[in-house]
Amino acid sequence: MLRLDKTETWLLAATVILLTAGFLLPSWLTFILTLAFAKALVVQGVVIQMRAGLVSFGQGLFFCIGGYAVGMGGAFLDVHDVFALIGLGVAVAVGVAAIIGLLMTRYRDIFFAMLSLALSMILFGVIVKNPTLGSTDGFNVHAPTLLGWAPQGQEQKLAIFVLTVLIAGGLALALNRYMKSGLGGVNEAIKENEIRVEFLGLSPRWILYANYLFAAGISAVGGALTALATGHVDPEMAFWTTSGEFVFIALLGGTTHVAAPFVAAVLFALVRTYALELAPHSWQMILGFVLLAIIIFLPKGLWSLVAGKRRAAA
Amino acid sequence: MSTAILETRGLNRSFGAVTAARDLNVRIDTGEVVGVIGSNGAGKTTFINMVTGYLPPSSGEILFEGRSIVGQKPRQIIRSGMTRSFQVAQLFPELTVLDNLLIALVAAEGPRPSFFGGLRSRERIRRADEILDEFGVVRYRDTVVRTVPQGARKLVDIAMALIGKPRMLLLDEPTSGVSVEEKFPLMDTVMAAVRQHGVTVLFVEHDMEIVERYVSRVLAFYSGEIISDGQPAAVFADSRVQELVIGHGHGHVTPASQRSAA
Amino acid sequence: MTTLYAILIDGMIYASWLFLVAAGLTVIYGVMRILNMAHGSFYSIGAYSGASLVGWYFAGGDGAPYWSYLLLLGAALAAGLFIGLLVEQGLLQFMYKRDEILMVIITYALLLILEDATKLIFGVDPYFTYQPYSLLGRSSFGELTFANYDLALIAVSVLIGAACWLVLNRTNRGKVLRAVIQDREIAVAMGVNVKLMFAATFVVGTTLGALAGALTAPAISVSPGIGVEVIVLAFAVVVVGGLGSIEGAIVGALLVGLTRSVAVHLAPQIELFVIYGVMSLVLAVRPQGLFGRNLARKI
Repeated sequence: MLRLDKTETWLLAATVILLTAGFLLPSWLTFILTLAFAKALVVQGVVIQMRAGLVSFGQGLFFCIGGYAVGMGGAFLDVHDVFALIGLGVAVAVGVAAIIGLLMTRYRDIFFAMLSLALSMILFGVIVKNPTLGSTDGFNVHAPTLLGWAPQGQEQKLAIFVLTVLIAGGLALALNRYMKSGLGGVNEAIKENEIRVEFLGLSPRWILYANYLFAAGISAVGGALTALATGHVDPEMAFWTTSGEFVFIALLGGTTHVAAPFVAAVLFALVRTYALELAPHSWQMILGFVLLAIIIFLPKGLWSLVAGKRRAAA
Repeated sequence: MSTAILETRGLNRSFGAVTAARDLNVRIDTGEVVGVIGSNGAGKTTFINMVTGYLPPSSGEILFEGRSIVGQKPRQIIRSGMTRSFQVAQLFPELTVLDNLLIALVAAEGPRPSFFGGLRSRERIRRADEILDEFGVVRYRDTVVRTVPQGARKLVDIAMALIGKPRMLLLDEPTSGVSVEEKFPLMDTVMAAVRQHGVTVLFVEHDMEIVERYVSRVLAFYSGEIISDGQPAAVFADSRVQELVIGHGHGHVTPASQRSAA
Repeated sequence: MTTLYAILIDGMIYASWLFLVAAGLTVIYGVMRILNMAHGSFYSIGAYSGASLVGWYFAGGDGAPYWSYLLLLGAALAAGLFIGLLVEQGLLQFMYKRDEILMVIITYALLLILEDATKLIFGVDPYFTYQPYSLLGRSSFGELTFANYDLALIAVSVLIGAACWLVLNRTNRGKVLRAVIQDREIAVAMGVNVKLMFAATFVVGTTLGALAGALTAPAISVSPGIGVEVIVLAFAVVVVGGLGSIEGAIVGALLVGLTRSVAVHLAPQIELFVIYGVMSLVLAVRPQGLFGRNLARKI
C-alpha cells in the first residue's frame, strides 16, 4: 500500500512544477538550478549525518568520487551513459564508505569532523600529485548519452536539468521516508543519547554505518550530476573548503525538513551569483556573518542538531 | 527448587587503588525481588554496570540463566533478556515521551530497524499508548522529555527498560530525585508492571522505607563487599549494617521497623 | 647517505615550521576546548603584516637590514594582540558555553570573515619579502646546502616550545592554567579569574599563529589562501600529538615533518597523502592522539 503523506505530495508537485519551468526559464537560470540541486544532494548527505549528531567536514570526499567517476569513466572506461556513470560513482563511493566507515563510526564530535576532513584531504592530495588522475587540472567530461540518445548544446543542458530534477525529486521522496522511518528515528536517538540506544539493545555503530553509506551514495550522485552539468571535474571538489560549503548550506537550511537543503542550496547559489559580481572579495565574509547570525539568532530552528536542542517533534 | 537467573562468582573490579567490587558471589533466583543497599561508593552501581556489560570486571564470572555473559556488549545482554534503568533517567531529552517509547518499541522488534517503514506506525502508537496508560504518564505523551518532571522521567526510563520483555530487570535507584509524595506511587506502578510481566527484579535503593516495603531479600554493600545478605528484617538488624550502612550514609531514610525500635 | 641527511635536515626544518604553526592551536584547545579553525587566518594575517612592514622598510632603502627581523617579530606581536583581543572580546567570550563542535563551526565562520578581511586590507597580489631570508646566507654540508634562515627556524621553534612548556609547568600562572584545564568549575570556586585566563590564552594563541606566519613570510610568496592550507596541516599535527598537549604538538610535528620529508625525497607523488595518512593512522589506533587522555562517560 502506498499512501502519500503531505510532504510527499508537495515534493511531487514541486518536481512537476520544476520540470515545466525548465522549458520556460532562461538557460542561465536552469543551469544555476541544476548545480544547486546537485549540490543539495551532497548537503543531504551532510544533513542525515547531522541528524545523528555528526558533522562531516569531509563530505567533499564522496562529492569528488562521484564527479571523478563521471570524468574518468568517460576518459578511461569509455562509459558515456549517464545512468551508468552515476551508478559507477555511487558504487565507488559506497565501496569506499564501506571501508572507511568501519573507522569513521568509532568517532564522534570534533574527532568525526577532523577525521572526515583528513580523509577528504587524502583524496585531494592523491589527485593533485598524480598526473594519471589529472593532477590539478582535472578532467573534461566527455559528452554523455542518455540511454543511447546524445543531446547536443542547449538540448543537452536541458536534458541534464530534467535528469537532475527527477533524480533529486526521487531521492527527496526516499529521504523523507528515511527520516521518518524507524532507522531515521534511531539516528536522532543516537544524537540525543547514544548510551541509551545501546541499552535498548541496538548497535549505534551499525546504525551510523548504514547512515554513513547512505550519505556517501547520495553525495556521490550530487557529485556526478555536478560533473555532468559543468562538464569538468577538478581536485577542488575534495578540498576541505568545498566540504565547509556543504556544512554551511546544511546549517542554513536546517535539518528538520527534507526540502530545507534544496531551498538553502538555491538561495546560496543565487546570492553567490550576485555577490561575486558586486563584491568579489566579500563573498566569504558574507557567508561568515550569515553563519554567525544563524548560530546566534536561530539556534533552535536551524541549529537544532549539534547543540542537541530541538524543538518538539511535530 | 528454585533456579538461579543471575549468578556472579568471585567478581572483582578496581579503579586504580580503589576497589569497587571484591569477590562478589551473588545468586538471584527467578521471581525474587532483591534490594541492594549501601552508602555512596559502596559499589552498588559498579555491580549493575558490570552485570549489564558497561564495565568489564577485573576478574570473575557472571552467569545469566546459566550462560556466561562476561565480555558481552550491553546490547547483547539486553537482547538476551536482562535490562536496566538508570540512576539519572537516560532518555532522549529533545524528543517527546511518545517518541521515546516508539524508539524503544522499534528497538524491541529487532537489531536492524527498517530503512523505510515509518517510525510512527499505527500499531506502535497503540502499544505506546497502552504503556503510557499502564505507567500513568499519559498526560506527558506529547511533551518533550527535557521538560517532564523527574518522577515521570524515571517511570518512562523504567517503561523503556520493560518494553524489551526482559526476564530480569535491574533498577538503579528508581526513587532518587523523586519527591517524597511521588516515590510510593512510582514504586507501586513499577512493581505492578513487574509482577504482571513476571520479571525478576534487583534494585539499588537509598531509601530504606522503599526497600523494606517492596523487597523479599536485601544485599548490603560496603566498600565493594557484601556484608549482609538475607531477609530485610534480618539484614536491617545486623549490627554491621546498622553501623556501616544505615547509620553511616547521608540521605538515608531509616527503615520504619528500626525507627519504632529506637 | 646524502639523501638520508637531506631527509633528516629537511624533515627537521619542516617539523619546526609545523610546530610553530600548530603551537597556538594546541594551546587554545588545551585551555579553552576550542578547536580553532580561524587559526589559519591568524597565520596569514601575521604573514601579511610581517611581509608588508618589512617590504615597506626595505623600500625606504637606508635602514640596517638586520633590523628587519625585529620588525617581523613586532608585526607579528602587534597583529596577534590586536586580532586576538578583537575576536575574543568581540565574539568568542559570548560563546563559551556552547558545544565543542559548534565552536568549530563558529570559528569556521570567523575564518571565512577573516580570509576576506585580509584580502580587503592587503589586496590579492602576492607579497615577496625575500630579504630577511637571503640575508643570512646558506650553509653547505658536503653536497647539501641549506638556507640559514631555515636552520634558524629550528632554533626559534625549540625556543618557543621550551617557553610554552616552562610557562605551563614551572610557573605559578601555568599551574593555575592547568587547574583551569582540569576542572573549570573548581577553578572558578577557588577564585581563579577564568575569563581573564581565557582572554589571555586566546591572545597568546593568536600571537603564536601570527608569529608563525610572520616568520614564514620571507620564505614564501604571501598570497590569499595560505591560511586555508595551513590550518589542515596544523590540525594534522595536533591530532597526531593529542589535542591540547604541547609535548604532543612537538612529537606530532616531528612525526609528520619527518614522514613528509621521507616522501618528498623518495616518493614525491605521495607527499600530501602521507601527512593526512599519518593523521588518520594515529586516529585509527589511538583516537585521543599520542599524548591525549581518554574520558569515559559516567552513567
